[in-house]
Amino acid sequence: MNKLSEIFKNKALVGFLTAGDPDMDSCKDFIMQMVRAGADVIEIGIPFSDPIAEDEIVQTSAFRALKAGTTVEGVFELVKSLRENTNVPVIFSTYLNPVFNYGYEFFFKKCSELGVCGVIIPDLPYEEKSEIQEFSDKYKVDIIPVLAAKSSGRMSKIALGARGFIHLMSSLNPSSPKKDDIQKLKKTAEEIKNITKTPCATVFGEPSFNDIKIANEISQGVVIGSAIVKIIAEHGKNASEKIYDYVKSIKNAF
Amino acid sequence: MSKTKFGIFGGQFVPEILMDELINLEKSYEEFKNNPKCISELEFLMNSYANRPSLLYFAENMTKNLGGAKVYLKREDLNHTGSHKINNVLGQALLAKYMGKKRLIAETGAGQHGVATATAAALLGLECEIFMGSEDTKRQALNVYRMELLGAKVHSVTSGTMTLKDAVNEAMREWAGNYKDTFYLLGSVMGPHPYPTIVRDFQSVISKEARKQILEIEGRLPNTVMACIGGGSNAIGMFYHFIGDPEVNLIGVEAAGLGIETGKHAATMTCGRPGIFHGMKSIFCQDEHGQISPVYSISAGLDYPGAGPEHAWLNSVGRAKYFAATDKEAVEAFEYLSRVEGIIPAIESSHAIAYARKIIPEMKKDDIVIICLSGRGDKDVAAIAKYKGEKLYE
Repeated sequence: MNKLSEIFKNKALVGFLTAGDPDMDSCKDFIMQMVRAGADVIEIGIPFSDPIAEDEIVQTSAFRALKAGTTVEGVFELVKSLRENTNVPVIFSTYLNPVFNYGYEFFFKKCSELGVCGVIIPDLPYEEKSEIQEFSDKYKVDIIPVLAAKSSGRMSKIALGARGFIHLMSSLNPSSPKKDDIQKLKKTAEEIKNITKTPCATVFGEPSFNDIKIANEISQGVVIGSAIVKIIAEHGKNASEKIYDYVKSIKNAF
Repeated sequence: MSKTKFGIFGGQFVPEILMDELINLEKSYEEFKNNPKCISELEFLMNSYANRPSLLYFAENMTKNLGGAKVYLKREDLNHTGSHKINNVLGQALLAKYMGKKRLIAETGAGQHGVATATAAALLGLECEIFMGSEDTKRQALNVYRMELLGAKVHSVTSGTMTLKDAVNEAMREWAGNYKDTFYLLGSVMGPHPYPTIVRDFQSVISKEARKQILEIEGRLPNTVMACIGGGSNAIGMFYHFIGDPEVNLIGVEAAGLGIETGKHAATMTCGRPGIFHGMKSIFCQDEHGQISPVYSISAGLDYPGAGPEHAWLNSVGRAKYFAATDKEAVEAFEYLSRVEGIIPAIESSHAIAYARKIIPEMKKDDIVIICLSGRGDKDVAAIAKYKGEKLYE
């Protein structure tokens, strides 16, 4: 089992924020608060001008970050500076164009040097993986696939090739999850488990305690998709304490 | 060449959730285009509803005035809804019906593709929702009303730069959530495979007709065919059946806006670099960090930061050449064609006319040029008047 997969052995909590929103220094502080509150993996979004796969909260966060001058190089600097304080596993999520533009090999090499152990690229489906697969292999930075809770003939080949962990998108209505949707999610998670030993983490925008219960039952982790970003949108530079309290509350519900 | 790509360009760079539907679309399109019933239904609508074949008009005054090659105009402006957009829209709308979809969604910049889509939806009894940047809904209020008149719902997009590229983003999001009953009717030769191929096939009727028409009139092929290019649908339509004729030069003319040097333009081929965006690897206007650049042109139809992957490929192998015309040159061409030929061209098409005015005087008298007149200019009259500083009262 690889390094990133190991972390999910005892159920892992993944927290997401956008690098550079509202600025890099604040982000470093927010990430340290997340770590202190018990986040096991930090997912850092490298903002892109056209984030087609994100919800409105994450989109506007990316626009704020870009307006504040965030670049790929700047995000690497952030991770470098984090490494003075913590060895927390870091993964990136971004779109293919900023990576292509930076240079695939430079990007993966730099990830590997800074202990970034995985990347999520929503606009890179299985069919186009060959764009970056050789660099992912060479520098041992996992490409983390995103799967939806629906039956698809494609699931087995994607799950089979997955390294690190799998992002399983829940599309549960946060206020009143339908029984059907929960069943679908459970079924998908089970299918994945039958195909691969690579762990699976369930992604929620703003997980409720009940969501965490479900995630714990069916998968090896929870990804907080947009709740932290929402706190940052509301409180800006003063979000530290709120982030700590929030992540702590989720961790306690684990 | 892989079947999803043109050389290194093209592909399917979309979220996993859309892949099943893209594969379904590809399979359905293969069936559709090989089904004689579907094709004859499309031909019937093209001829009886959209007014095809479009004329190939010998522009005698323009020819005399420029004093070089003989100029022919391929009159896509005479199609129903006023542009070449209807060719693709009728094809895809029938495909949507064939696939059992109940609802069409589409992006639009100036509103021409939106109007064409709303038209097809009305004709074929489908629901229709158009995504349009909120900036564009203000600039093109008349087209918004047209779409509503045709029964479509217009969704004003307020994210990002609030223009065409953001309308595409929003349409893709909507599609990802609702593809079971919804068909995304893409308006140009862009996006993930199989869209660039589907749209090109439906638009290739332009060069199929033009090739036959010029052989009938002149008994030989033209030296040059030209078209304006934003995403590139009328250009690929104009080029396609001439690609295999190496003696025919293919020229695309993009929007240089206020001038390449000002940075305010939409000249993708001239200034762009390879990148990956909106589902395809192609050429895009982007900054040094790989963020997609806001683009500018007086013509909302050319105001897109990328060009389709087949154009990127034709450019990379040198088969087609791409040049740019400024707002000022396009407006002059708009007025020129109105006065000389009594044809008011769309401001998009005026870019091709503008570049033609530069090169035709240098050509030989027995050379032949075909320019695709992709749309009519009625929609642009108010904007041009404003550009000229004149006041119009409605």
